[in-house]
Amino acid sequence: MSVTATMLPVVARPRRRVSFRAAFGLGALLLIGGSAVFAPQLAPWDPARQMLTKRLRPPMWQARGLREHPLGTDHLGRDILSRILHGGRISLGVGLTAVTLSALIGVTLGLLAGFFGGRADALIMRIVDVFLAIPYILLAMGVVFALGPSLLNVILVMGATRWVQFARIVRADVLSIREREFVAGARARGNRPLRLLLRHVLPNALTPIIVVATLELAFMIIYESALSFLGLGVQPPTPTWGWMLADGRNYVATAWWLATFPGLAIMLTVLAVNLLGDWLRDTLDPRLKV
Amino acid sequence: MALLSVEGLRTQFATGAGTVRAVDGVSFAIERGEVLGLVGESGCGKSVTSLSIMRLVPPPGQIVAGRIRLEGEDLLDKDAEAMRRVRGARIAMVFQEPMTSLNPVFTIGDQIAAAVLAHEGGRRRAAWDRAVEMLDQVQVPSPGERARDYPHQLSGGLRQRAMIALALAPGPQLLIADEPTTALDVTIQAQILDLLRRLQAERGMAVLLITHDLGVVAELCHRVAIIYAGRIVEMAPVARIFEEPLHPYTRGLLRCLPHPSRFGQPLSSIEGAPPDLRGADAGCPFAPRCPLAIESCRRHEPALAERRPGHFVACPVAVV
Repeated sequence: MSVTATMLPVVARPRRRVSFRAAFGLGALLLIGGSAVFAPQLAPWDPARQMLTKRLRPPMWQARGLREHPLGTDHLGRDILSRILHGGRISLGVGLTAVTLSALIGVTLGLLAGFFGGRADALIMRIVDVFLAIPYILLAMGVVFALGPSLLNVILVMGATRWVQFARIVRADVLSIREREFVAGARARGNRPLRLLLRHVLPNALTPIIVVATLELAFMIIYESALSFLGLGVQPPTPTWGWMLADGRNYVATAWWLATFPGLAIMLTVLAVNLLGDWLRDTLDPRLKV
Repeated sequence: MALLSVEGLRTQFATGAGTVRAVDGVSFAIERGEVLGLVGESGCGKSVTSLSIMRLVPPPGQIVAGRIRLEGEDLLDKDAEAMRRVRGARIAMVFQEPMTSLNPVFTIGDQIAAAVLAHEGGRRRAAWDRAVEMLDQVQVPSPGERARDYPHQLSGGLRQRAMIALALAPGPQLLIADEPTTALDVTIQAQILDLLRRLQAERGMAVLLITHDLGVVAELCHRVAIIYAGRIVEMAPVARIFEEPLHPYTRGLLRCLPHPSRFGQPLSSIEGAPPDLRGADAGCPFAPRCPLAIESCRRHEPALAERRPGHFVACPVAVV
């Protein structure tokens, strides 16, 4: 009976399996993203509508809960579910654009510093040191204070203060990649420096970039809420998860649902992004494919 | 006119502990379709010579003197962009390590197709077909499927074949093979040497073969240059090197090889160690280890002289 087993072709490749964790991450992210995109259609209430007669109502499964407010209401009688759905648009949108911006700046500068070395490296890394020396929240506060708080300014500030994370990781990776023989080989085949950088160095540095990007997306959501909390982020009444979390803190002893649900939303998003990041990292690395 | 002529090449590395004269006045020429072996022990300047020809000596290394002419054009006069166009297209290189010489994140078909595209342009589809054809030429079995493999999925021998296909895709006139078989086991080594010999003959391509393995030299080379401490000490057609070596260093090297007539006896070695390349001593660099050295060897550096037709030796003492 073992004859058929040994006759199996040795070269048959195992089918690539999407793990449960990856599927969960992707599913959760699609759900969160979808509900953010379709928030106006999905939300039962206007997120800014105050109903002072229904202040601080608990979720519907609790004693004083109301069926029309599934996750309860806040201290101004606004529907928590509607605010979370709308807040997702801001939190995810701001997070994604800020991470993209900071990755663009950081990866570019990290590549240049690591690949060309010398003065470019010294200059860029000193700028990185300066950014690391100043607390980023302080820097952000100063800039937002000077420019005025708006959605665009918040994104710009977040991107411009966190790029150092990418720059340092990318530089460190590039330093080792540029010494690998395939880079020397590509140079010996007459590739231009820019092509060496984009085709031979960057793709090999992608793994840590993806990992940092997922961590940073999580961080940016928290960062945005911190700025909102300080009154320097997206301005009320526009709902954001961070602001809801910060605001709900005051009532956490008497109305736990104010801070809990936005907190859960943040946690679920961050978890989903991280799971997806792990999966992407494993998939994009051909050495781990088989 | 020779395809490549190197005259008085000097490449030095300015280090904190002094200037290392890695290549110290090397001259040789390669004709079209010729295979020249550059033989020497580790650290004698073989690889630095090849990197100098490509003008890819890593800093702090610097070419301080000499001329490198490809079809009469001096490569050392070219600007960076002109030199870049020489690399790959006219002079290609195959490295020692097939494990790390291919980009791990692209399939080998992709990499060869990219080289074809960069050189010839045209459509992606055509470049891919050309890549598969190249893999077929270097005798990769089922090239269409292997082209879709990543480097880590291939064995060392297949990787080195892919490297050769990659180097030869633009149709270079000169291939510099830096220890192309050192990292492979003996049977694969023989296959790769066969392949190189066949491709060289088919394409009429010149090859500069850098090696420390005299067996590889005997297999493949038309002429051999023996290099010691950054200088060529003997250069001759391959048969003459093995039958009638003149320089004491070459003789010493050949005596190190196992031979059936000396079966059962211990292998011999050359006493002493190569000189410190930072020194600026007068005289023959091999003199301290040389059994034939006379007083003048330590004072005057011997020049490479044609002692027999086509047989150059840098040793006044060597008996013809």
